Amino acid sequence: MSETSADAHGHEHPKHELSHCAKRIYAIRDLLVEKGVISEKDIQCQIDYQEARSPANGAKLVARAWVDPAFKARFIADPKAACAEMGIDATALNEFVVLENTNQLRHMVVCTLCSCYPRPILGRPPDWYKSLNYRQRSVSDPRGVMREFGLELPDDVEVRIHDSTADIRYLVLPLRPEGTEGWSETELAKLVTRDSMIGVMDALPAIPD
Amino acid sequence: MNSAAGRFKPGDRVKVKFEDRTGHIRTPWYIRGKIGWIERVYGDFRNPEQLAYGLDGLPKRTLYLVGFDYGELWGKPAGPKDKILVDIYEHWLDSDA
Repeated sequence: MSETSADAHGHEHPKHELSHCAKRIYAIRDLLVEKGVISEKDIQCQIDYQEARSPANGAKLVARAWVDPAFKARFIADPKAACAEMGIDATALNEFVVLENTNQLRHMVVCTLCSCYPRPILGRPPDWYKSLNYRQRSVSDPRGVMREFGLELPDDVEVRIHDSTADIRYLVLPLRPEGTEGWSETELAKLVTRDSMIGVMDALPAIPD
Repeated sequence: MNSAAGRFKPGDRVKVKFEDRTGHIRTPWYIRGKIGWIERVYGDFRNPEQLAYGLDGLPKRTLYLVGFDYGELWGKPAGPKDKILVDIYEHWLDSDA
């Protein structure tokens, strides 16, 4: 094997700088390509597909749900169909459930076993979501986690922490911020952060002009 | 996603089996042996414990959304109304009626 992979496959990564796991992944990849199981083009297509998915998808869905009650009802009843309506490809999800926040109820999502996350809607999860710290604390102390994200809730609000251990992928539908009457979907979508769709915080507040 | 099959219905009290199995298990330890309730019936899915080994995961198993109180799991209250919800397969649940 060469000192770098650049000459064989056009990628620049001197092998001596790679971690053990990275070396193993690249070795498996090189073997799969060499044996014709997958092609470099397959890999690049998959990378492009994964990178195209971002929280902007989720924000669009939430903003539409905020302005259009009929869409919101469809989004909650059949999230995959609602995604298709908006040109978002959620077919990779086995099952998709939308958790609607209210003034009296907040949801938070974790995968304590690994890092299950609604990737077709939100893209790749943040590192903190995959951390042991979050995976341990979210189920035993969700309010403590929310506090670190700036969300302090009174005791009469119910917090439901969902551990996505199976095929269901969850998206939190955050509360529409006060003072956003008449806002366009584009303006509203800017208030919908990735973290508000994981449920560790509410959507951003409307900033007055 | 609706399932007419399955032993349990929403509201049923259930106890998660306290078993120690090897292999690809999707039942977290912090709920094993604990008592909760059926919140929702999600329907039937292929068994991930088999899928992980390249088997077909059939017959499908019923998946439930099971709710737990904080006192039951962690012995300390969070917010008084707070709940923990976990997706659990039927073969990990016994009735606690």
